[in-house]
Amino acid sequence: MKVIEVRGLSFTYSGQDKPSLRDINFEVGEGEFVLISGPSGGGKSTLCRCINGLIPHFYEGELRGEVYVDGLPTSKTPTHILSQHVGMVFQNPQNQLFSLNVESDVAFALENLGLPREEIRDRVDEALALMGIEDLADRSPVELSGGQQQKVALASILALRPKVIMLDEPTSFLDPMSAMNLVELVDRLRRKLGLTILMVEHRIDLIAPRADRLAVIYEGQILYDGPPRDFFEKYDGHLYGVSVPKLARLSKEMARHLEWPGVILDIDEFERVVRLIAGHRL
Amino acid sequence: MQAIVFDGVSYVYPSGVRALKDVSFTVERGELVVLMGENGSGKTTILKHLNGLLKPTSGKVFVDGLDTSKYTVAQLATHAGLVFQNAENMFFESTVWDEVAFALKNFGYSDDVVRKRVDWALRFFDLERYAGQSPFTLSGGEKKRLAFAVVLAWSPPIIALDEPTIGQDSLQKEKMLHMIRLLNTQGHTVIMASHDVEFVADLRPRIIAISSGSIVADGPADEILPDTEILRRCSLHPPQLALLMARLRDLGMPRKLVDVDTAARLLVERLRP
Ligand SMILES: Nc1ncnc2c1ncn2[C@@H]1O[C@H](COP(=O)(O)OP(=O)(O)OP(=O)(O)O)[C@@H](O)[C@H]1O
Ligand SMILES: Nc1ncnc2c1ncn2[C@@H]1O[C@H](COP(=O)(O)OP(=O)(O)OP(=O)(O)O)[C@@H](O)[C@H]1O
Ligand SMILES: [Mg+2]
Ligand SMILES: [Mg+2]
Repeated sequence: MKVIEVRGLSFTYSGQDKPSLRDINFEVGEGEFVLISGPSGGGKSTLCRCINGLIPHFYEGELRGEVYVDGLPTSKTPTHILSQHVGMVFQNPQNQLFSLNVESDVAFALENLGLPREEIRDRVDEALALMGIEDLADRSPVELSGGQQQKVALASILALRPKVIMLDEPTSFLDPMSAMNLVELVDRLRRKLGLTILMVEHRIDLIAPRADRLAVIYEGQILYDGPPRDFFEKYDGHLYGVSVPKLARLSKEMARHLEWPGVILDIDEFERVVRLIAGHRL
Repeated sequence: MQAIVFDGVSYVYPSGVRALKDVSFTVERGELVVLMGENGSGKTTILKHLNGLLKPTSGKVFVDGLDTSKYTVAQLATHAGLVFQNAENMFFESTVWDEVAFALKNFGYSDDVVRKRVDWALRFFDLERYAGQSPFTLSGGEKKRLAFAVVLAWSPPIIALDEPTIGQDSLQKEKMLHMIRLLNTQGHTVIMASHDVEFVADLRPRIIAISSGSIVADGPADEILPDTEILRRCSLHPPQLALLMARLRDLGMPRKLVDVDTAARLLVERLRP
């Protein structure tokens, strides 16, 4: 089943002479984990806005093509309906926080849905625990550090339990351990609950080992869409604004001197291959 | 001379959160220092003391020899500039160009100098095509680069960067790395907060590791980044290659920061038939 379908999508923000997206064709199946990367200004956030309906409902410009989420055409579906199908964590967490304390921020969207109070309680507690921020529940969101704010924004979306979670650079403010925990959490949720994950990220080394697909958006177009490791086999990612993980670069060096099975992105796998070769030598 | 002195600094936010607890360190002129530590450890709070946005609750902060508690933000601006963690919070002008020009005009530079500096800073960060637009129409990474361009244009002796690599692709990161090195060689002191371990591993700066408002360790990247005990305390993670070397210690791999070429050489030597 396709949860997201994008057909011939182009978009030009009003006031801009160049389109920010050009003829994008893109689909995501249920339960997939897709990593989106590419240069700054390439069009990643614009694509996310087209998928959650902010474009065309809140941003002005010229839109062509179609986007369907769960079968719903985004340009004709109100955003409050879309948001029950696709939950979005924005690039700047500040833009998502507005309540007096963290707890009511996480509860806000649930109250809007009219859920029973008990259920709201449970979901809020669960989301705060998943992000490890129970101790921040009574704090004011504007008085938190950048990373703490990002965790609150993530908790708000987790509490909604949408089928599709779209995360625009969700680890940008997180410390390395929290970033790893988040990626593991997201991966666990999609395996357990069949969630579909779209994640925009520059930290390829962290995400690529868990993602099914990498889509590279370059100058408003899809340059590549396929398995992450094939991208690094075929392209010099650096030239296209995609951070090449050090392990991928090391793989290429190893392949110049030894029998080596191509680009490896996962450190466990890398270690296994080294030990295998070392074992053969003994 | 010392560019930055923190002498027994504690800071308590009005809401009662104790964000810094007796923090002391000094930074020499022309040094490169990176603050690393878990979310909420106090990095941003430290940086906001440098341009006087925050004044210590107790203890003293000296910037270029000036006791910050005795100077205003405007007075300190000629000594230290801060690129905010959240770039949007810095913007108030209606165009990208004016945003960068604002501080320069305030310092009284001639129109000609202002134009040259603004154009240079925008070009360096690939932002010249947005000069006439509102800063708020930029992409996330572009906003962050604009914030950096604002401070770069006036180039104060002390440059503080709060998470400069947020939202940057690998080409932009590489340019930032070169710019930071260049600023250093020109005698600027650069102090930054960063979670980006790979970027910090490439920079190889002095690292001050903090946790819960206190300094946990202070030393060169080569010592701190492979030290799993310090990293764990500060919710950090070793760079990919340091981790690989650590896991392969039994095969004779070293306990230190290595680049790709060194790692490849060591592994090939060990594995070649
Ligand atoms: N609200 C807006 N109004 C006008 N132009 C915009 C707006 N938002 C983005 N743009 C422009 O559209 C292009 C694509 O921007 P987008 O935010 O989609 O990039 P991105 O790939 O998400 O970049 P980053 O990694 O820096 O966040 C850029 O040239 C940007 O300047
Ligand atoms: N405006 C504020 N009012 C009250 N408390 C604050 C405020 N800003 C930050 N804090 C608190 O002070 C402590 C230190 O925050 P700071 O922003 O310095 O952390 P940080 O190390 O920069 O974190 P991050 O990596 O998430 O950016 C945290 O406990 C935070 O919640
Ligand atoms: Mg973006
Ligand atoms: Mg901070």
